[in-house]
Amino acid sequence: MNANDGKANASRYSHYVTNDFYLELIADFSDWQNNDKIVSDVGERDLFRGLLEREARNLDRLLFEEWLDLFTPECVYWVPSTPAGGDPRSEIAIMFDDRRRLGDRIYRLRTGYAWSQAPSSRTSRIVSNVEVFRCSRDDQRLVRSNFAISEFWDGQIRVLAGWAGHRLRKQEGEWLISAKQVNLLNCDQCIRNPSIIL
Amino acid sequence: MTFERIKIMKRPQAEPYYDWDGLVQEDRVHRLIYTDPVLFDMEMTHIFGGTWVYLAHESQIPNPNDFVTSKLGLRPLIITRDEKGTIRALYNRCTHRGTTICRVAKGNSRGFQCPYHGWNYSNTGKLRGIPWPNGYAEKLTKDEKYNLAQVPRVESYRGFIFGTLNIEAPSLVDHLGPIKKPIDEWLNRNPGGKVVLCEANRFKYKGNWKLAYDNSGDGYHVIYSHRSLVQTENRFDDEATEKGMSYYQTDPDALPMYIQYMGNGHHFKDKRPALKKRPGGLWAIEPLHPGMEHVQEKFRSMYGERAESMLDLAGSEPVNINIFPNLSLLGNHIQVFQPVSFDETETVWYGTKIEDVDGTLGEEALTDINALRMRTQEGFPNFGEVDDLTNFEQIQRGLTAPEDEWIYMNRGYAIPDRIQILEDGTVKGPATDELFMREYIREWKRLMKSDLNIAIQREV
Repeated sequence: MNANDGKANASRYSHYVTNDFYLELIADFSDWQNNDKIVSDVGERDLFRGLLEREARNLDRLLFEEWLDLFTPECVYWVPSTPAGGDPRSEIAIMFDDRRRLGDRIYRLRTGYAWSQAPSSRTSRIVSNVEVFRCSRDDQRLVRSNFAISEFWDGQIRVLAGWAGHRLRKQEGEWLISAKQVNLLNCDQCIRNPSIIL
Repeated sequence: MTFERIKIMKRPQAEPYYDWDGLVQEDRVHRLIYTDPVLFDMEMTHIFGGTWVYLAHESQIPNPNDFVTSKLGLRPLIITRDEKGTIRALYNRCTHRGTTICRVAKGNSRGFQCPYHGWNYSNTGKLRGIPWPNGYAEKLTKDEKYNLAQVPRVESYRGFIFGTLNIEAPSLVDHLGPIKKPIDEWLNRNPGGKVVLCEANRFKYKGNWKLAYDNSGDGYHVIYSHRSLVQTENRFDDEATEKGMSYYQTDPDALPMYIQYMGNGHHFKDKRPALKKRPGGLWAIEPLHPGMEHVQEKFRSMYGERAESMLDLAGSEPVNINIFPNLSLLGNHIQVFQPVSFDETETVWYGTKIEDVDGTLGEEALTDINALRMRTQEGFPNFGEVDDLTNFEQIQRGLTAPEDEWIYMNRGYAIPDRIQILEDGTVKGPATDELFMREYIREWKRLMKSDLNIAIQREV
């Protein structure tokens, strides 16, 4: 069996990236990091911290399919090319993947011919400063965290650093990632081989 | 304004004798042209200065007093549009002590003040004032030598701003010559014949800048360097049409697509003849992108027959228009090559969006088209460019071996009847031929050998 005959093939069609989807995304990621919206419950914060740690572990172990299982079916993975995040309808992003394109990304890495990841980078991700914020919807949370990814590639270790915003939604009793915004510190600069999943 | 002709003071023996005809031969080049730091220093004036070099796009500075920073070779520049609309390429270098005076990528300002000693310049480059002027024997603002240096010749072609230090270079339009036609076609398919730059996918790699230019029209690498992309684009086997780059999969030289050398280092890869020209034809070959089904269904139900040509605006034009030495129009991208050192280069893939110039699209359709256009443009940089850049780095590594001297550019060379020389002097061959490399590197050699008349100028 081909390594790619599995879950990455699941989404042939993608209908959900509409103008309303963009507008909701932009609204959710605007003006959300307010002190009065912080969730003070330690248990809830630990729940989300655990989810982010599991996410980081899956990526460090190159378990991309398990990583994708942490996302909702109609999700987005967004790495803006400007520090402000911007409007992805009129600005190129470093990455802006719907679920199908995340499947493409994983499929490509699994072909064995993705020369930028042959051999694969080894990574060690540290996720910290986790804060959980309430939103207008009860079944939704926004989580801010800082990250530092040490990446070993081509004989050298470098650090990719920044902060992430996770939008989580409770679906069938389970919290899943409906949007991940990765804000690299050097998002508007030239970056060497940006080919790992952040 | 007068040209200030320059005989640049250099370190002794800065430019040793190079055997140019030995380094650049008919069918191969020597590794030194990629690995020699002294030769790189020469390139930064003979190429990035000696010929017209792309500096910026007018849509980055649409309003009076807008500016954007750029480079000519390694020279830091500020591209300004003054109050009256005149565009200049100012050296980002205080005439006092050499400090850069502008440290942001873009903005709007009538002038620039040096953060070191406070010398103050207008956006025309004129020195407007300095702190405590009585400490100088003369009035510095009266002497043009204290005005900022400028690139002496700056011209635009349909929004693309170029500059050269070579006061004997032909006009920009003459220099572009036959490559103007594909540029015109590339622009004219968009409303009003124009595009607007938006943000970019920005890369750097540890390799010589020419490795990227060698690649810009290379139809031979596609199926192997981009093997992971081609497989990914065709991972669902239920599609009647093959997507994206897959027309390279069978026998690309047998298809009607071609590579054409257009003179002065420019060349053109035209993949359009391999496709049937029809409304929706470009859209049909697009690989899968976020949002595509939604916009496609919406347009087809709302706009009927117009929908297909509207969708084409979100699709990519299958051409590579390469303008020596640092500009490449491909798909909808404006790619800029920026040398950093002999073994480091930046490549910036600016996205382009369209404007509803004559109001025929309407705001809703324009937003949908541009959103989709952003997503189509993110595909190749993410899934294709990264693999090329890795291969460029590995070439640079391979070239460290001094005894194994040659890099071959002889695909399609010396095969009877394979290459045509057309009436306008352009040279045409099958899509995977390296003829454009052999031709452009000859232009490179001509410029490197030339005793150029280099100048700067200053506002009077």
